[in-house]
Amino acid sequence: MTTVLQHPAYEEERLQRVAEQLPCRELQAGMLLSLMGEPQHYSYPSIFIYGHRASGKSHVMHVLLKELELPHATVSCVECISVTLLFEQVLLSFFGCDAASLLPRSPSLSDFVRVYRQQCSHSPAKETRYIVMEKAELLRDTDANLLPALLRLQELVEDNVTVILLSEIVWDKFRPNTGCFEPLVLNFPDYSKGELQQILSQDRHPSYSAEFYSSYINILLGVFYSVCRDLRELRHLAALNFSKFCEPLAEGKVKETDTHKLWRNIEPHLKRAMQTVYLREVSSLQWEQMQQMEEKETGALRGLSAHTHVELPYYSKFLLIAAYLASYNPARTDKRFFLKHHGKIRKTKFLKKNEKTSNHLLGPKPFALDRLLAIFYSVVDSRIAPTASIFSQISSLVTLQLLTQVSHDDQLDAPKYKCAVSMDFICAISRTVNFDIVKYLYDFL
Amino acid sequence: MSTSSVSKGCFVFKPSAKKRKTLSPKDYFSDGCEGAENSDVRFKLCQDLWDKIKTDTEVLQDELNRKILDSLLDFTRKCSSTRQHSDWALQMRASEIPTAALVLGVNVPDHDMTFQSLSELLQQSVTPHVASVQAKECGALKHLMKRVLERLMDTVVAVDDDEEEAAEQTNGQVHKSVHCSLNTLCDWYNTVTKKSNSGTPGKKRSSPVKDEQQQPPVVVIFKDLEAFNPRVLQDFILICSRYIDRLPLMFIFGIATSPSTIQHMLPHSVSSLLCIELFQSLSCTQHLATVIDKLILTNDFPFKLNSKVMQVLISIFLYHDFSVRNFIKGVQLALLEHFHSQPLSVLCCKKKDAQLNVMQLSHRNLERIKQLPSFKRYIEKQEPQEQASLLNDDTHLKEVCKKLIKDLHKYHKNYYPILSCLHTLTSSLPRYPLGKQIRELHLTCLEKNVWENEDYQSAMKLLKMLAKDELITLLQRCAEILQPVKSKKIKEALVHLEELLAKLKQLDTAAAAETSPTVEETITSPMKNLQKKTDLFQLQKTLLEMNESRRSKKLSPFEVLRNEALDFIDDLVKKHLSPPESHTLNEVCYYSSSATVRRHLNATPRTCIQAALSSPYYYLQNENLKTEDGSVSNAAPDICIAYKLHLECGRLINLCDWLEAYSTVVSAAEGNDPDSDNFGKVDDVKHARFIRAVSELEFLGFIKSTKQKTDHVARLTWGGC
Ligand SMILES: Nc1ncnc2c1ncn2[C@@H]1O[C@H](COP(=O)(O)OP(=O)(O)OP(=O)(O)O)[C@@H](O)[C@H]1O
Ligand SMILES: [Mg+2]
Repeated sequence: MTTVLQHPAYEEERLQRVAEQLPCRELQAGMLLSLMGEPQHYSYPSIFIYGHRASGKSHVMHVLLKELELPHATVSCVECISVTLLFEQVLLSFFGCDAASLLPRSPSLSDFVRVYRQQCSHSPAKETRYIVMEKAELLRDTDANLLPALLRLQELVEDNVTVILLSEIVWDKFRPNTGCFEPLVLNFPDYSKGELQQILSQDRHPSYSAEFYSSYINILLGVFYSVCRDLRELRHLAALNFSKFCEPLAEGKVKETDTHKLWRNIEPHLKRAMQTVYLREVSSLQWEQMQQMEEKETGALRGLSAHTHVELPYYSKFLLIAAYLASYNPARTDKRFFLKHHGKIRKTKFLKKNEKTSNHLLGPKPFALDRLLAIFYSVVDSRIAPTASIFSQISSLVTLQLLTQVSHDDQLDAPKYKCAVSMDFICAISRTVNFDIVKYLYDFL
Repeated sequence: MSTSSVSKGCFVFKPSAKKRKTLSPKDYFSDGCEGAENSDVRFKLCQDLWDKIKTDTEVLQDELNRKILDSLLDFTRKCSSTRQHSDWALQMRASEIPTAALVLGVNVPDHDMTFQSLSELLQQSVTPHVASVQAKECGALKHLMKRVLERLMDTVVAVDDDEEEAAEQTNGQVHKSVHCSLNTLCDWYNTVTKKSNSGTPGKKRSSPVKDEQQQPPVVVIFKDLEAFNPRVLQDFILICSRYIDRLPLMFIFGIATSPSTIQHMLPHSVSSLLCIELFQSLSCTQHLATVIDKLILTNDFPFKLNSKVMQVLISIFLYHDFSVRNFIKGVQLALLEHFHSQPLSVLCCKKKDAQLNVMQLSHRNLERIKQLPSFKRYIEKQEPQEQASLLNDDTHLKEVCKKLIKDLHKYHKNYYPILSCLHTLTSSLPRYPLGKQIRELHLTCLEKNVWENEDYQSAMKLLKMLAKDELITLLQRCAEILQPVKSKKIKEALVHLEELLAKLKQLDTAAAAETSPTVEETITSPMKNLQKKTDLFQLQKTLLEMNESRRSKKLSPFEVLRNEALDFIDDLVKKHLSPPESHTLNEVCYYSSSATVRRHLNATPRTCIQAALSSPYYYLQNENLKTEDGSVSNAAPDICIAYKLHLECGRLINLCDWLEAYSTVVSAAEGNDPDSDNFGKVDDVKHARFIRAVSELEFLGFIKSTKQKTDHVARLTWGGC
């Protein structure tokens, strides 16, 4: 099954070591090796690798470049808040820090190319140099000519250099509409269940047998595979729950081989983990502490999303209610709800053809400040002066993300807002001020 | 001034330093202050009081925050210590960034103080590396990075494509600036920790405690998480997680709403990089309750607020902002206003000082005392002879004032303990007839005689139904409240109360034999039922029933004692909880101008503008503008006339008609003959004045141009005449 990697330019032994570290990625690694060719030869100018999270892109590149001792620079695009950092890191890893300091302030792409050429005329590449760009999808948001330039950097700097882009997104979403040099595209498929089993089983606990750990991974995958295939996450979960798995063993209740009993012990625990730690409702630290506590005590710990209650000043509550009504009721129905003597107007009278669908399904609609205040004054039970603090409460609600401002910040005249809270939330708020909001909602008429 | 220069030029003469006298707060205080002769004394008193209030509240705040800060500190210590271990599980599992989600409530203005003390505590006891950032200074990722780096490393950080920065750089800071990346931070961290390690040579690393000190965490505090741009935050976390092996980072999220916002802001792929633990702070209403306890319901401060002012401050808190800081600011405002506007506030200080100050009162101030409503009432009650001597003999008046001040202090001394006794008794009753919070009861007492209040009477009725053990615990708590009070009256009351308690307890042993348990039950059970039933009708019905059953039955010894105890309480209330207005010289200590406080703290810009436009006399004080019926005189400024006319229009206003009407009004003001041909004719000047008035109205936001109809503008306000 293990087809050992083969390449004339490198020693068997080395390739063997690479292969050991890259289980289930032999095919991709072999492909890459043959693309890269012999070190002193020129390689293809740019390679684009895509695959889901934790599919081993960075890992494979790292192992290959490290083990084969090839000159390379690895840059993460999230980190490059300005292109300077990118240029600097590349120059630094290839030519040392003197080269990096040659860049002017706020360098342009041509500055980079100039410095690069100048440097490589002193120290031309004996072996292919590699630039690995992680999270390359972020390159799309930068300067429009950066990506096309990187794709044909080899040509621009006249050096034996290859750019490798790693991304979670397919190449089609990258291609600029002006066209560009097409890189070689390589896909890293998701790991199958069997492959995950094989990879995860490798990091066994030193004091337990390989079979024992493997059976643990098997159980873990049985529970989690349907919801999570992220290798990193699975490894994390495996580490968090292993001590619980070993518990009956330590107490001497079962033997290592008694998989069924072990399964019976761990399965409910893993199910609980799926609803808590996995969703980050409970932190891993708390989870570990919970494992040491008695079963019944753990019930008290509530997850993050259980805390939704927000205490608000009285008028803020009404402002929020008014905003909710303004967002979910059509403006022309305001008369029906807020005028004292509206007479009996039936819902059918309002109903327009396209409005059969519930407003709640369509989501909140923007409304103007005037309308918000008009509704506010009619729902709040006492007479209140339009004080400055009423208005400042509106902006507080915006900073708290309970309202969102739709119009631009600069627009002082007639700003528009949207209500950003859920039905449950607003019902809970209305209950605290004895306001029956459902009676005022067009959808529930 | 002359110069010895021979050349022509422009010379600047700076005014000499001596002439430029900066005004001190004291000068501001005495400026335009009522009764200036003793303003210095008042200023001093005011200042001292405020200083005391300020330090007291700060201490209180620290105490309240202590618990949550302690647990936070524990968390940071725990996080930085677990990192040092090395075992299999720790190696395998993803290294998450420890994150404390600190839920602080929506009273954002108060948070600053909490964060201030938090970062100070952290710096003192956990790590020197603490940086706090606010959303408004971090619009983009690079700004966030820059702020974090700058605050941690204490240097200038260059963000390349920033022009302002470039300008700054030219001022000779080029060498100091560093690159804005976490790599720089790592390098810096390594040198810093190494430096501090080499500082203690020779000693070998022995204890884990020592180890922890060598790897102090780097804490980043996000003060207002909700306001951050989610993208910026996500990217920052992604970057940080790449360095977590090299840099022991830690986050603190300040959350105003609820912890679930974290999940709204961060996708699973990012939140899985964090190890989030929740910390809930005291709710702001509880916070206010403690502040009121320490600041208002205490004998420590001679300065008092009357019921209206209290009401204003509390309603601003409950209705508008939930901010304790603003509440204290409100108290400060009232304090300043009181000492500024009331010359007799010299007497608003400790008893001894007040009595001294009475002796210093000038004749004018003694006249002021005679004018006080409460003092007038006092005089009326005196014998004619005494009246005369009070009015004519200043020395006698001073003596009387001394005594009255003493009485006022005594009243305060007794008021607060009795108030909290009454609160203890009534706050356990169903439906809280006198309010759940002590401040509500305090407000009722300030307003009028509580005992005439209907709710008070129903509370007393409910108390008369208490079972024995309940009554005993409540009375015991009252006794505890009265215990530390050093006042003769209260001491007497305490003795009596303890006697009653003793009798009640004796009943326990003595009556156990004779009273059958069924009787006991009939006494307790209706009360228990009451607690469950909360609708008013039921409550009244049961009350009636119980009254009747009581009348028909002979009172048991317990019931007799219970009535005695409650009558005693009632007596105490009547004696000590009378409203301050009924006490002579209360004006000295009580600040009562609620309108001023409201005007300052809860401004109404819109009403001011409307008032200015509809009655210009109010602000301009020009006799010509005075009108009786609230109409606008036609001599008023153009904008007022235009405003008045626009009120008569509908949503859309025809500019042409408006101009006609305006021109007619203005012509009348000019005294033109209404019958002449020229009357109301639009000339260029009037036209220009009209256009100016209209554009001013547009600027103030009353109208705006509209595309719906040509030659029309739209009104932006509702209502009219
Ligand atoms: N074939 C494999 N054998 C052993 N470990 C692997 C393998 N593939 C991935 N891993 C491990 O899984 C983790 C995630 O892999 P890696 O960082 O390469 O994912 P990625 O594809 O770069 O993900 P992302 O798109 O998020 O950057 C790494 O810690 C790596 O060690
Ligand atoms: Mg990667």
